[in-house]
Amino acid sequence: MIQIEYFLIVAAVMMFAGIFGFLTRRSTLAILLSIELMLNATDINFAVFNRLMYPAGHEGYFFSLFSIAISAAESAIAIAIMINIYRQMKDISIDKLQKLKW
Amino acid sequence: MDSQNIMFIVLAVVITLSSVLTVVTRSIMRAATYLFFTLLGTAGLYFLMGYTFLGAVQVMVYAGGIIVLYVFAILLTRGTKDSLSENTKSKIILSAVLSLVGFGLAAYLIFIQQFKAEVLAAPNESVLTMQQIGTNMLSTDQGGYLLPFEAVSVLLLACIVAGLMIARKR
Repeated sequence: MIQIEYFLIVAAVMMFAGIFGFLTRRSTLAILLSIELMLNATDINFAVFNRLMYPAGHEGYFFSLFSIAISAAESAIAIAIMINIYRQMKDISIDKLQKLKW
Repeated sequence: MDSQNIMFIVLAVVITLSSVLTVVTRSIMRAATYLFFTLLGTAGLYFLMGYTFLGAVQVMVYAGGIIVLYVFAILLTRGTKDSLSENTKSKIILSAVLSLVGFGLAAYLIFIQQFKAEVLAAPNESVLTMQQIGTNMLSTDQGGYLLPFEAVSVLLLACIVAGLMIARKR
């Protein structure tokens, strides 16, 4: 029988796939995709813990709703920054973005 | 075996495969497509838990909005030639070991934890009805979320203005 804990394992797979991508990707857009994976895993965790521990409550539910809204705002701003960087430097690989270093 | 268990297994396989493929595939366009399938699978998990509104929000905001935004950004920035092979092999191995160890630790902690052993039941919408969601979202009583709701609307307004300011042509 499937228990609700198994949802957490799926979320953990998603989380650590995101961490692996965050550490190994070179393009900033691919790094943003990995960040989206990690945010999504945390949203699942909020909903699952709400369902598992407090089925009558709704705190985790609303937390994931607001988290989805905020991550949408975050990725919109991040993509605007990426497009601006691309206009100025013609490249968005993190090896080339060294103007702000030192 | 009931239908919700079969559905969970299908969703878990889809999510696991496509989230791993998102981070190892060569073309960033394919990575965005695999992320799309991961997000749809997540919406399926929400539906399976009985949180239908959350699943609908996930499909609309993530799968419908954010992925389209990413695809446009990928096409606009010619970032399609991202590859893992530019990394040194030791860095990839180190990252993989770090992720696997972290996953093992998380899975171990989940399994030794004594949660309430609740078996996945057939999804029903009465877990949290639409009326309860609306009432809680717009109430100032205990358990009301009017202040975060308004704060998010101000945040989205600021986000629109900032996106226009950053990305406009000078």
